[in-house]
Amino acid sequence: MPKAAPTHQPLLSVSNLKVAYPIRSSVLRRIVGEKVAVRDVTFEVKPGETVGLVGESGSGKSTVARSVIGLIKPDAGAIGFNGHDITRYSPRQLKSVRREMQMVFQDPYASLNPRLTVRDLIAEGWRVHRDVVPRGNWTAVAQELMERVGLNPDYSDRYAHQFSGGQRQRIGIARALALKPKLIICDEAVSALDVSVQAQVLNLLQDLQEELGLAYLFISHDLSVVEHLCARVLVLHGGEVVEEGSVHDIFDRPQHDYTKALLAAVPVVRPWLGRSVSSSTSTHPERLTQGGTIAPNIQSREERNDIYS
Amino acid sequence: MAEMRIGSDAVTRSAAASLLSVRDLQVEFTTAAGVARALDGVSFDVSPGETLAILGESGSGKSVTGQAVMALLPKPAGSIVGGSIVYDGLDLTARPVKDVRKLCATEIAMVFQDPLSSLNPVFQVGYQVAEPFRRRLGMGKREAWGKALELLKRVGIPDAETRIGDYPHQFSGGQRQRIMIAMAIALEPRLLIADEPTTALDVTVQKQIIALLADLQAETGMAMILISHDLGVVAQVAERAAIMYAGRIVETGPIREVYDRPAHPYTRGLLDSIPSAAEIGGRLTPIVGSPPNLLALPSGCSFNPRCPFATDRCRTKVPALRQPASRGSDHAAGCHYSEEVLADA
Amino acid sequence: MSADQAVITIAPSHARRLRATVSARILVPLVVIGILGIGAIVVPVLYNYDPLHADLLVRLKPPGTAMPDGSIAIFGTDKVGSDLFAEMMAGTRVSLIVGASTLLIAGIVGGILGLLAGYFGGWLDTALMRIADIQLAFPSILLAILLVSVLGQGILNVIIVLSISNWVIFARVIRSQVLGLKSLEYVEAARTLGASHFHIIFRTLLPGCIAPMLVIASVEFGYVVLAEAALSFLGVGAPFGTPSLGSTISTGTQYLASAWWISTIPGLLLLVLVLATGVLGDALRDRFDPRLRSA
Ligand SMILES: Nc1ncnc2c1ncn2[C@@H]1O[C@H](COP(=O)(O)OP(=O)(O)OP(=O)(O)O)[C@@H](O)[C@H]1O
Ligand SMILES: Nc1ncnc2c1ncn2[C@@H]1O[C@H](COP(=O)(O)OP(=O)(O)OP(=O)(O)O)[C@@H](O)[C@H]1O
Ligand code: SF4
Ligand SMILES: [Mg+2]
Ligand SMILES: [Mg+2]
Repeated sequence: MPKAAPTHQPLLSVSNLKVAYPIRSSVLRRIVGEKVAVRDVTFEVKPGETVGLVGESGSGKSTVARSVIGLIKPDAGAIGFNGHDITRYSPRQLKSVRREMQMVFQDPYASLNPRLTVRDLIAEGWRVHRDVVPRGNWTAVAQELMERVGLNPDYSDRYAHQFSGGQRQRIGIARALALKPKLIICDEAVSALDVSVQAQVLNLLQDLQEELGLAYLFISHDLSVVEHLCARVLVLHGGEVVEEGSVHDIFDRPQHDYTKALLAAVPVVRPWLGRSVSSSTSTHPERLTQGGTIAPNIQSREERNDIYS
Repeated sequence: MAEMRIGSDAVTRSAAASLLSVRDLQVEFTTAAGVARALDGVSFDVSPGETLAILGESGSGKSVTGQAVMALLPKPAGSIVGGSIVYDGLDLTARPVKDVRKLCATEIAMVFQDPLSSLNPVFQVGYQVAEPFRRRLGMGKREAWGKALELLKRVGIPDAETRIGDYPHQFSGGQRQRIMIAMAIALEPRLLIADEPTTALDVTVQKQIIALLADLQAETGMAMILISHDLGVVAQVAERAAIMYAGRIVETGPIREVYDRPAHPYTRGLLDSIPSAAEIGGRLTPIVGSPPNLLALPSGCSFNPRCPFATDRCRTKVPALRQPASRGSDHAAGCHYSEEVLADA
Repeated sequence: MSADQAVITIAPSHARRLRATVSARILVPLVVIGILGIGAIVVPVLYNYDPLHADLLVRLKPPGTAMPDGSIAIFGTDKVGSDLFAEMMAGTRVSLIVGASTLLIAGIVGGILGLLAGYFGGWLDTALMRIADIQLAFPSILLAILLVSVLGQGILNVIIVLSISNWVIFARVIRSQVLGLKSLEYVEAARTLGASHFHIIFRTLLPGCIAPMLVIASVEFGYVVLAEAALSFLGVGAPFGTPSLGSTISTGTQYLASAWWISTIPGLLLLVLVLATGVLGDALRDRFDPRLRSA
């Protein structure tokens, strides 16, 4: 099974990461304070492993991803990649790291440059890193990659808007693969896809991992997807890691109340069969979100359901 | 549940039982690239106190169905080109848009996916919730405000007394959706159409909103149409489900029957695509191929290029919605080979 | 779905009509400008036009007069007896050269500054935009007169002066375009590939700015031509001996009562030129409107 983590030294090790966004005054845009988006986040990703990052909207998942890939600068903490702290790297050194670390974005529409053909989209990384693929082979290798992610290589001259959402996400994956990375960060990479297409893309990600030994940092608000794909899971709440463990521990024996609430809220496809997640439903999720109201009892609804159907 | 006659083109129920009865509805969009038939022969019924889930992937026509009922189709691009929408004995397709809107204002309400863009940012929420009371029922300012407060409490806004004067941006996404629901149920509609009411929300909030809708329905006895692309979310509350594909309802029936014994390959494909605890780490079974393009639908059954059961017959003959042998009378699927699909399980 | 839906919100008849008129509105002005351009090159040569030549015998002749050399002055002659048609076309040549050069300079300078300001933000952005604000607050024709009086007359100076008062518009539009593009995921994607600032600015952002640049350029063209004419009219534009539509119109005003054609016909030509570029600009704007761009 691809999920069994080999016990190498970590590929990515994040320690005590802190990121704060400036708060600006509305008129003069002067910085009047800061909002700490994540604090004290520590985790590791081993080569070939899939680590899931879950949490509610605003819990800081994207912030972690974006600081790991270098889109934002952390305020404190270290991000080790292959044993080197890349937060201290110069832009030139960072460039070589970026080759090994790629990202697949959430929005299959906004993440592909509308003015480039599929071939050029895939080749863009080679334009930046000249030594990966010689220029004469760009078309051939790009077509190989298209085939690899399940796209018809004859379409390499088409533009992204001529593809469906799922196909576009495959283009995004091909682009990420073009630089032969070791780690791919997927920030809600399948969230915008319909469930049948999402399953295709998830299978593809698994195949690629098996074949190329990729490691994934997989961010999703959909817990069933994370449960399906990840070996280890990190639960983020209010910018802090509240629980971390193997997927079995987290989903079968959640310790933290927040994790329990999150799991209890996952919709079950066939509620009449009883919950598949063995977590207790005693914790009301309401207590942990801003709402703070008394929960209408969903259990009674399920029983009503049985009478109707 | 009322009896159904499963025919080639219509599923008829006794008229008294259903509040809304849509028959063979056809909606077309004229676009720069051609005419797209967004709905093609959609029929369903909703009875008072019942929840119907309309499910399907993006672009399958779920929202258009809701828009057609509410006379909200974007003009002039979209129009109803056939069929009927009978609400409480009244054919809405035969009436001027103005009348339908008027009816909708009091009897049919709608909740949308994005609560922020449906609320006016410059008015206090209390004012917005009170508006229907003042406009429709001619209540005085104070009385309407009191009603609004009552409603906000009922949908679970904490500290409603102090928060009633706040503006929409001061509420969280889940709270804004609660406010939208408060506005929708203000005049005690007999039918509530909720178009992806929880898609923009976190799972924990989503659960609360769905529970709120279910509770309100149980209290008021209104009928509800719950539109969603998420098979799990609606399973908690809906009694019946209608699965849409490329503008058609391909399967309909009691939600439990549909989920446990899908008679259409598409329904089955959807259910198999959902990651479940059973095959953790294993492979999923997605539906092969890409979603259909309404401007170039395949001949015969529009699902045939993606269907593992497809034969030549599927490529020439459009399957009608019918009751598969050995299934209950209210379970219907639009597939030539439903029996094989059921037997294959 | 969202992209598809955004594209197809216009009924086909309506959309087809709109797209048909867009093509016509692009084609017709292009033909008009093309004919004027060819005329501006060819006519003065054919007529052997010499701006310094004077033939007082045939001065102030009305349109259609037969000339001593056997030709017919279709638009008449001016106060020194030059053929008005040849003079006008020579003037058009100046107008077109000034317009094109100004837009090229202003477009490149303004475009680059706008790209940099939008991409890097910070003090560069603040400084540039303050300069732009100040300049926009100052009437541009006044600024031009001021500058010409410092630099002196001459076509080159006119171009410089008009470029200075026009780069701001390019800079502002491109900057706001970049601000919009910058936050799109595909620009971030380029960053995660390790692309340099140069790569992102010129390979990723610039192509997205070409369309608005073209639109402003064609809208501005008319203004520039008018401004050049105005400067020449006021006597601070094209120097003596360089025919320009503005100076022709200006001298003609003294003879409005006796020889109406000297001012009026070049004025009409100027109107046609400005209208053509204006229509072209609007049509381009519609063409690049995503709601009309489909299938
Ligand atoms: N550019 C920014 N400026 C200021 N605050 C920001 C910025 N980006 C994010 N934040 C804030 O930081 C916190 C974490 O945001 P982040 O985007 O990481 O959350 P997330 O877990 O990815 O949420 P979602 O599931 O909605 O994507 C939020 O409170 C958010 O409002
Ligand atoms: N305003 C419009 N103009 C043209 N076509 C439209 C318009 N609105 C919807 N359509 C088309 O009608 C079809 C059905 O759209 P609809 O919005 O009902 O899908 P949906 O099932 O609600 O999908 P989603 O899950 O993405 O909301 C789509 O193919 C869409 O392209
Ligand atoms: S009719 Fe044929 S193609 Fe359509 S769903 Fe049934 S078996 Fe598949
Ligand atoms: Mg995020
Ligand atoms: Mg919809």
